Amino acid sequence: MGKTIAQKIFNSHLVDQPFGEVNVLRLDRVFCHEITTPTAIQDLVARGRDRVFDPDKIKAVIDHVTPAKDAKTALQGKILRDWARRHAISDFFDIGRNGVCHAIFPEKGFVRPGFVIIMGDSHTCTHGAFGAFAAGVGTTDLAVGILKGVCAFKKPDTLKIEIIGTLLPGVFAKDVILEVIRKITVNGATNKVIEFCGPVVDAMSMEARMTMSNMAVEAGATSGICRPDRVTVEYLWPFIKDDYPDRQAALENFSRFMPDADAVYAEHKIIDVKNLPPLVTFGYKPDNVKPVSDMAGTRVDQVYIGSCTNGRIEDLRVAAQVVRGEKIAESVRAIVSPATPEVFSQALEEGLIKIFMDAGFCVTNPTCGACLGMSNGVLASGEVAAATTNRNFNGRMGKGGMVHLMSPATAAATALTGAITNSHLFEN
Amino acid sequence: MTSFCGTTLCLDRSDINTDEIIPARYLTEIEKTAMGPHLMEDLELEGFDPKQDLKEIGVLVARRNFGCGSSREHAPWALEANGIHVVIAESFARIFYQNMFNCGMLAITLNTKQIDRLFQAAAVSPLHVAVDVDTGKIQATAGPDTWTIPFALTGFEKALVQAGGWVEYADQNY
Ligand code: SF4
Repeated sequence: MGKTIAQKIFNSHLVDQPFGEVNVLRLDRVFCHEITTPTAIQDLVARGRDRVFDPDKIKAVIDHVTPAKDAKTALQGKILRDWARRHAISDFFDIGRNGVCHAIFPEKGFVRPGFVIIMGDSHTCTHGAFGAFAAGVGTTDLAVGILKGVCAFKKPDTLKIEIIGTLLPGVFAKDVILEVIRKITVNGATNKVIEFCGPVVDAMSMEARMTMSNMAVEAGATSGICRPDRVTVEYLWPFIKDDYPDRQAALENFSRFMPDADAVYAEHKIIDVKNLPPLVTFGYKPDNVKPVSDMAGTRVDQVYIGSCTNGRIEDLRVAAQVVRGEKIAESVRAIVSPATPEVFSQALEEGLIKIFMDAGFCVTNPTCGACLGMSNGVLASGEVAAATTNRNFNGRMGKGGMVHLMSPATAAATALTGAITNSHLFEN
Repeated sequence: MTSFCGTTLCLDRSDINTDEIIPARYLTEIEKTAMGPHLMEDLELEGFDPKQDLKEIGVLVARRNFGCGSSREHAPWALEANGIHVVIAESFARIFYQNMFNCGMLAITLNTKQIDRLFQAAAVSPLHVAVDVDTGKIQATAGPDTWTIPFALTGFEKALVQAGGWVEYADQNY
């Protein structure tokens, strides 16, 4: 019987199958940040088990609230920092070198096709863009991962989502994933792995694939996996060039994890995006999705461009293209947060930061910041945000605030008018 | 024998997410018990007052996709800090579900009819349930009414609850 990507990864990492029903997998990476890891560390310390399975496979970053905003967040950072030092975890990214976890870890080359990755963060599914099985877990799973290098998963039933057609100008990966979530709903992929494929995905850059895989969890998926191909190899090449004679050899090695032609899927959905317009969410669930034109004129108080969904260089380029030479509306506050220091430097070099500043944007350091309503742009009750983030839950960016999710192009255009609007890049 | 019991609070909604169970602004706490007073303080549900309604509750009942959203284990901790060790729903989000068992607590999936019956009973008089993990049976009591509901757990889930959680289980086995 043919196997999907996830099944192949599971088979190659299987440590145990207790009761024949769960798969305990060997972990290639445990990613850590300062919000969920300190409790895992405290727990391990309290149990007299302050050890790590392999310091080289653990990568850690302070990203959610940075610089620390108060004594409590300072303590969270300190616990993570002290722990990384005491266990010689050399890939630890502290302020000045830190960025949003799901942007910085791929950028550092820590992800490979076929890897099994966990992190105490639901958007860990982002790393599936590389053909890895990457899943968000809770603190206890994280603690066991840190201690033993294993994690238990149910059998990876796979939902194949084939995306066909060609995207209209001004329509992006963010719009595609919003359409997918609209179609399959917030629990359409619960307990399943999504495998994204089809010509639209093949044509996407790694950045765009990460945007898409990032939001797989908003449909309930355990992981959102893209097939490893030439684009994947090209992105990874600087990190793997000593391991392979050439790119072709790397590609052949990674194709071990390609799905078999007769792979058995739990479900198969084909989504045609040829007439897809830019989309935006309304209400408090990520599957409440409408065309931007249906929401046009909805006033916003704050625009936020950043996060692990859309804070990468491509996103900033598109947003800058929309705001270049223009000014944001007087009624609006606009914030752009490059997701990593490298994105920030690149944006500086390309003149994007100047474009944002001239337009009236506030440019923040790389951080999750406003995305989860903990710092750097929390909404007041009753305020409305246009955001390139991934979650529009009630209170997500501040108690009583409303969040509309959209692409960087739409968010940039919205900053200019102060109300939800299509960018000029969109041609119907 | 592993069993849980308590008075039940029925929350008539699907997709109750982790931000509603414990808002992100409390994620700066590093003590699990610090979540306690903030359980569901952002949940907007007609007639629901978290300060009043969560008192002396041992079991929650909800509709579909309970616990969707973030991976934060703070959600089960917030429940635990309030003495709630069991959530019963039509379905759960994966990470929340796993987190419950990882903490040695219970997430029980029942069908729509069984859930409806619990809601109907609770609307009339206080609903009390006793959950027996070993036999896989829930004993529900509301006023003069008593009925038994069978539920299914996998062997692994049972083992986690019996071991007291995944750290204990992993420590014994890996
Ligand atoms: S940017 Fe937002 S969604 Fe992404 S990891 Fe940070 S808080 Fe989570």
